[in-house]
Amino acid sequence: MKIDSKFSTRSQVLLWTVQRASAAVLALCVIVHLVTIIYAVRNGLSAAEILGRTRGNVAWAVFYALFVAAVAVHAPIGLRNFLSETFNWRGGGLDITVMVIALALAMWGFRAVYAVFI
Amino acid sequence: MSTLSVSVWRGTENGHFQSFEVPRLESQTVLDVVTHIQRALDPTLAYRFACRVGMCGSCAMTVNGRARWTCRTHVDKVAQGGRLEIAPLANLPVVRDLVTDMVPFFDKWAKARGRFEGGKTRRDDFERVQPSSPERRLADAGIECIGCGVCYSSCDVVAWNPDYLGPAALNRAWTLVNDVRDTGNRARLGAVAGDAGCHACHTHMSCTERCPKQISPTASIAGLKRAAALAALRGELSDE
Repeated sequence: MKIDSKFSTRSQVLLWTVQRASAAVLALCVIVHLVTIIYAVRNGLSAAEILGRTRGNVAWAVFYALFVAAVAVHAPIGLRNFLSETFNWRGGGLDITVMVIALALAMWGFRAVYAVFI
Repeated sequence: MSTLSVSVWRGTENGHFQSFEVPRLESQTVLDVVTHIQRALDPTLAYRFACRVGMCGSCAMTVNGRARWTCRTHVDKVAQGGRLEIAPLANLPVVRDLVTDMVPFFDKWAKARGRFEGGKTRRDDFERVQPSSPERRLADAGIECIGCGVCYSSCDVVAWNPDYLGPAALNRAWTLVNDVRDTGNRARLGAVAGDAGCHACHTHMSCTERCPKQISPTASIAGLKRAAALAALRGELSDE
């Protein structure tokens, strides 16, 4: 079903599929992230001590890069649905807008990962 | 004799509620109430019904804010403090009073390719379908739809996206996807997938909660989502 959208039906379905897949990744990432925050707060880690653990640590960099990628995929697709259903906004303008948001989320997220890795 | 205070929608989309006092009777249905008003109080009231026994799906209305089949809805069950508010089905154009235009609803059945497409002729033997086969069980779960429009009227996604095919049309498509005799499923999956199709469903389950035939269109839509996603991943999903 193609409605005033530049995406083909297959693309619409693939967007839906990657949003579900990224949600599964996010569920795991959020749990690890929350446990990490609780651990850091309970043990009174300072910013310097946290950076001491993340700098040069490939495992944390890969984990948070995956987290950022999942957010950058998941959030804009959901936002696209929300905007079209709430404001009756459909078509190319909406798709470009959420694409820009996806790129912005990815850029800021990867920049943060890079900043605590280097 | 006790009476019911009944507010009935009059006019089209820009209409108003009109109040009637209707005698309260034993085992009275909401359709009985509407019929009493039309026959005894105001013959200009427009409403639709046919079978009166829950088969034809033509008498659905919004009763105290919820879409219901009125012929099988007892006043006992829904009248709050002896009051009834009866309005036409939501999400459909109002023709007049309690009558909605069902054309958009049934057009979407056609868009969802809700018609059986067979591949055999009268010279071929009958297809033998085991009632216990998984496909037939899935088709059976959704096949008793009477097309009343209660699910469509109750669906938030239909309200948000007028192009959304809706629970009934998608449920019908799912019964055909599970009909081993049907030959049109590749095109059907393309017709029911995407932003205005099954993938728009938010799984609120209002359709399932309110279906008078206890069908679960939500489950049918979930089946379509999986089937269409697999077809898309395999590159077999065609554009409509």
